[in-house]
Amino acid sequence: MAQGTLTAREGYRIRELLGREPNELELGMFSVMWSEHCSYKTSKPYLKRLPTRGPHVLQEPGENAGAVDIGNGLAAVFKMESHNHPSFIEPFQGAATGVGGILRDIFTMGARPIALLDSLRFGSPDDKKNQHIIDGVVAGISAYGNCVGVPTVGGATIFNEIYERNPLVNVFCLGIARHSHLMRSQAAGVGNQVIYIGAKTGRDGIHGATMASDSFDDESISQRPTVQVGDPFIEKLLMEASLELVKRRLLVGIQDMGAAGLTGASCEMASGAGTGIELDVEMVPRRERGMTPYEVMLSESQERMLLVVKPDCAGDVLDICTKWDLDAAVIGKVTDDGMLRICKADTVVAEMRACALTDEAPSEKRKSAPPQFQDTLQGLNDELIPLPHDCNSVLLELLGSPNLSNKAWIYEQYDFMVRTNTVIRPGSDSAVLRIKDTSTALAITVDGNPLYCLLNPYVGGVIAVAEAARNLVCSGAKPLGLTDALNFGNPERPEILWQFELVIEGISDACKFFDVPVVSGNVSFYNETNGIAVYPSPMIGMVGLIDPVERAMSQWFKDDGHVVFLLGETHDEIGGSEYVRVIHHREQGVPPRLSLETEGALHTCLLLAIEGGLVCSAHDCAEGGLAIALAESCLSRPQGPIGASITITPDFFDIRVDALLFGETQSRAIVTAESANVSELESLARDVGVPIRKIGTVGGQHLRVKSSDLRLSWIDIDVDVMYDAWMRKK
Amino acid sequence: MTFGVVVFPGSNCDHDCYDVLKRVFAQQVEFVWHKDTLLDGIDAVILPGGFSYGDYLRTGAIAQCSPIMGAVASFAERGGLVLGICNGFQILLEMGLLPGAMVRNTSLHFICRDVHIRIENSETPFTNRCETGQVLTIPIAHGEGNYFADDATLASLNAHRQVVFRYTSSQGELGSKSNPNGSCEHIAGICNRQRNVIGMMPHPERCADATLGNRDGQLLFASMIDALTARCV
Repeated sequence: MAQGTLTAREGYRIRELLGREPNELELGMFSVMWSEHCSYKTSKPYLKRLPTRGPHVLQEPGENAGAVDIGNGLAAVFKMESHNHPSFIEPFQGAATGVGGILRDIFTMGARPIALLDSLRFGSPDDKKNQHIIDGVVAGISAYGNCVGVPTVGGATIFNEIYERNPLVNVFCLGIARHSHLMRSQAAGVGNQVIYIGAKTGRDGIHGATMASDSFDDESISQRPTVQVGDPFIEKLLMEASLELVKRRLLVGIQDMGAAGLTGASCEMASGAGTGIELDVEMVPRRERGMTPYEVMLSESQERMLLVVKPDCAGDVLDICTKWDLDAAVIGKVTDDGMLRICKADTVVAEMRACALTDEAPSEKRKSAPPQFQDTLQGLNDELIPLPHDCNSVLLELLGSPNLSNKAWIYEQYDFMVRTNTVIRPGSDSAVLRIKDTSTALAITVDGNPLYCLLNPYVGGVIAVAEAARNLVCSGAKPLGLTDALNFGNPERPEILWQFELVIEGISDACKFFDVPVVSGNVSFYNETNGIAVYPSPMIGMVGLIDPVERAMSQWFKDDGHVVFLLGETHDEIGGSEYVRVIHHREQGVPPRLSLETEGALHTCLLLAIEGGLVCSAHDCAEGGLAIALAESCLSRPQGPIGASITITPDFFDIRVDALLFGETQSRAIVTAESANVSELESLARDVGVPIRKIGTVGGQHLRVKSSDLRLSWIDIDVDVMYDAWMRKK
Repeated sequence: MTFGVVVFPGSNCDHDCYDVLKRVFAQQVEFVWHKDTLLDGIDAVILPGGFSYGDYLRTGAIAQCSPIMGAVASFAERGGLVLGICNGFQILLEMGLLPGAMVRNTSLHFICRDVHIRIENSETPFTNRCETGQVLTIPIAHGEGNYFADDATLASLNAHRQVVFRYTSSQGELGSKSNPNGSCEHIAGICNRQRNVIGMMPHPERCADATLGNRDGQLLFASMIDALTARCV
């Protein structure tokens, strides 16, 4: 059996820790727990740079998920996690079990999951092989999330050839818990019972975490048996049973069996509490006969939980599991000697200090250096990019391009309404969910532009956070916290580690500036095949609070006659834009600059304007620039598209017209206001130092963009024509 | 007056139905566990949406064997009001309380979106607050909502005015473009001949709260409350 990827140095260290040769089972347990996926051995020192504390933070990184206070004695518990490797090998099950895993992370904390979002990266949708992956991933998320009854309320999908052989599937989940019900994954209390509940253990997913800590080559498809198979029905029962156990206060600790299965859950619970655990593999509910201790301990079968329970509560716990028709068995006890001891009936088959598997996992210091191609990447001479002759056709082509077109073909396969909290549905800047029995709502978004991160990893990291926060404030929410899923290539290569380091620095600086702490996260390295790595792909999942819920703001134009404003300055920037990528086929240039102060002022302005009831819509200017933001504001209206007439004043004329229309200058937003509120809005923007320009009015059947002297008309398209281009399927 | 919302393993919309009746309509509501066998004190039964028993075998096929379903069948036979929504509709079909069957949507995909349905019969306890011909905006969320029945059954449904809702455009016109799942004759919901059992694929409980931006679904619950009040008088 494969022993994973332990190095000679690590093998020596294991012998040192045990004071003897490890047996096969022990070696397997060390191998999986010391894998990059479980131990974060490369990333740990870098992750320490991220700010993790703040007045709202109830749970920092270190547990199954982070938690922030949202008032009324409630906590929002959330995390994002990647399931990239399995989803490439087997798209449907890989994505489905990704949803299952992140859901368990949330309800393990004692929180009821109320929202899923997904952040996906695929190769071109026009390629047959990619289509197979895309369809499989979307169907997997749909099948699992819908069946469990947790709405998938939003997400972000980006297509780029670089993801052809390394698709990224990151899933975000948020749950709500009472403060007093927040659980920890600790095996406290010597003599307490260790109870296994959920699906039976089978031979699937053995060494899944090890697989996820390696790069791919042409043979990787032969790793299919390392991918787990999910059963969302069992997950639903497990979720309801777990939440009932939490509510009735029957648990001391609870941990899901995710990566590294029973091994991971038991050693983490013991080392977290400074105790030991003794388990009997014979007591574990198994799917088939003849499973060895190795298979039982290393299996990554899904939908399983480990509980630590006081002896006098065990009967009630087993009764609740019976009520939900779940397997449950006492498989061991908490001890005082700090050892993880695995027995098969009366024989000890593995024994080591629990913390040897966790805290004492060796860290890896690796070299970091910028890639040689970095200068070439940034060296885009704007003068070589010809100005567009026909802006109408550029806009239509961009609207129909995979990254900017409407994603209803994805999100309509997800139930985004179940549990009746969805106030703003997929297709606006962020999803908004009301919190029942309170006046409040939460806004949630996921973001991350991999091309910016390739061209300048630091700026890419800053923009990922800034744009997520901008999406939230456009929805009327004050950001509270974020979770990051960091997807990179092989960190043993210095240029990958350099990208990682700089992206983290960017995220960290932006988080500190906006005072939005990182409360949970996940690192996925080795996203490369045959030596070609994905672009640095941090995904930021951010959560904000809206109070009261009536302040929730959507992006689309509402009604004829509303006045359109552009907030923020527009610069002569086209580097790294979708326009240059799609129309001029270059992934080059310097990504847009971002000043944190300017961005912060914009957020203040938007929040005050929404709070004061001064605006009717607010939409972030992002990929595709001003023209795409205007088009989306016209097209995403649920009652059907509406036009707008936009007039550009001469002070814009000193920049390139393509930068004006399609450049991706940061820190901008489009808002609309009723004419009665125009002057108040203008003076508010001036007071907080945000440039504001009245650029037009909503109404009509066309989107028109022309110069104020009427000599130039850049865009004039029927909204129905734009709509057809935008609704292109895939 | 007490509503009973049946909870199967895998029910997902049980809380949504409960919430609308309790919070929006201030009614008495109880969850009824699928392993129970009695419906004592319940005046109307709701079979909620979801994936009962994981939709394994066929949608609704295992749920109809749940211990509580004997009581639901006799409750219906005595004239009690039974509303089956989405998976609940599928269960009613499997039980034989309503005729026909469900197959997968023609797109073979799960579909979640707002659709328009036209009230075909306002003389039922579930639609008495509506006008015949009135068009409602209401969400669907299903993978198997493609209603099928043979010609004789369809003829009989029409003859007895058992088709309660059809998918239409926002203007109330029939057409394949406004039929989201391929259902025979654009059928979105039907009732039994006695009019006390109804099944529908769209989710009225998802559009019954002003905070979520659409209150069309309130008409159905208000109709039920009216019908039950009239019976009690």
